[in-house]
Amino acid sequence: MLPTPSTSHASFDNIYEPAEDSYLLLDTLSSKAESTFLTQRFHPTGPSPLILEVGVGSGVVLAFAAANAKVIFGHSDVAVLGVDVNPFAAKTAVQTIAIALKDLKVKPITLGAVLADLTSSLRPGEVDVLIFNPPYVPTEPLSATSSIPSEAMLDSHATFERDSKLLELSYAGGVNGMETTNRLLEQLPDVLSERGVAYVLLCAQNKPEDVKASIRQWPGSWKAETVGSSGKTASWEKLCVLRIWRDVVP
Amino acid sequence: MKILTLNFLCCARKTCKSSPASFPLHPKEASLEQIETDINALFIKNILPRLDWEAMKTLTIELGLPALPTEPPSPEALEDPDSGEPSQTLKDLHQLLMETSIESGALRCGNCDHEYAVKEGIANFLLPSHMV
Ligand SMILES: C[S@@+](CC[C@H](N)C(=O)[O-])C[C@H]1O[C@@H](n2cnc3c(N)ncnc32)[C@H](O)[C@@H]1O
Ligand SMILES: [Zn+2]
Repeated sequence: MLPTPSTSHASFDNIYEPAEDSYLLLDTLSSKAESTFLTQRFHPTGPSPLILEVGVGSGVVLAFAAANAKVIFGHSDVAVLGVDVNPFAAKTAVQTIAIALKDLKVKPITLGAVLADLTSSLRPGEVDVLIFNPPYVPTEPLSATSSIPSEAMLDSHATFERDSKLLELSYAGGVNGMETTNRLLEQLPDVLSERGVAYVLLCAQNKPEDVKASIRQWPGSWKAETVGSSGKTASWEKLCVLRIWRDVVP
Repeated sequence: MKILTLNFLCCARKTCKSSPASFPLHPKEASLEQIETDINALFIKNILPRLDWEAMKTLTIELGLPALPTEPPSPEALEDPDSGEPSQTLKDLHQLLMETSIESGALRCGNCDHEYAVKEGIANFLLPSHMV
């Protein structure tokens, strides 16, 4: 088992604390099947893969991918970038990654983190691996304005309200828990490179089978498979990870 | 954020996506920071094909950094053929891409003129809802 990055410097008052979903992503990325798939896809002598984590939170997943890049992607020269709407998360994720890489002789390229809505600030066609552990819990519909923190809210002196709003952004997924995930899925064909692969975490209430079926209908022969799941308990939050990609023309 | 990060970013407004002027973003009143790291020729070699060379040249000029060569260097130009020592080109690229970062300032879109603030090394691309 590869070590889990430390997040002991993080304050979980306003950042999502690593949980079962985060760990499922770690286990999936480092599984034999996925590291074999990724290593074959990104030839060790090819250009450096760009790894983007959307909703990077504490940074635990991206730090893990960065620190174990050689094993997972067959490249120690990956470039890693994090995105979140939560400014505390962006700052903390950068620290988590730096700490995880501290003792590595050959460090991957750290591009830092930006505050942005999903992939809106990314140049089209550049991302090789996109990781997303979304806000997936079914809730009341998200209003367009409340799914992104406003300046006024962040500057607010009502710390408690600000923090609870930020935590809400980390789990509240709107109708079927899919509102934010659906917006991200729509962006994939534009943001992924030709060799691009996305890993998206879902819970049972997101109806993963329906999500996969609809991706397979996208123009351009897209594929979607479940490549990780935490099926041990039959609780309502049973989780799975989808891999979404298209075949590379050699 | 590293200068290299700017190679992968563009304006966040939907209406700017199709405009070539939305990339690269133009640094404004940028305060730069240098953090020394070990040179790795392989990294530079593997990142070179990913760079938009024209954009990188524009950025170095706008930031007042040493100018880049007109054409991207060939992989052979990165090491001294006899000694295998890093060439000056490799050292310059390493410094520009891996060691230089923007601590604060703003990033301006050449298409819509919107400015994105950079604070403590983190750029803010969140838009007020009327601008999305
Ligand atoms: C379930 S948490 C995952 C955190 C971390 N990746 C992990 O696995 O522990 C979801 C994250 O997505 C972020 N988020 C929510 N909506 C977002 C959006 N529209 N764009 C970018 N990030 C978003 C939240 O702030 C939160 O950090
Ligand atoms: Zn613009």
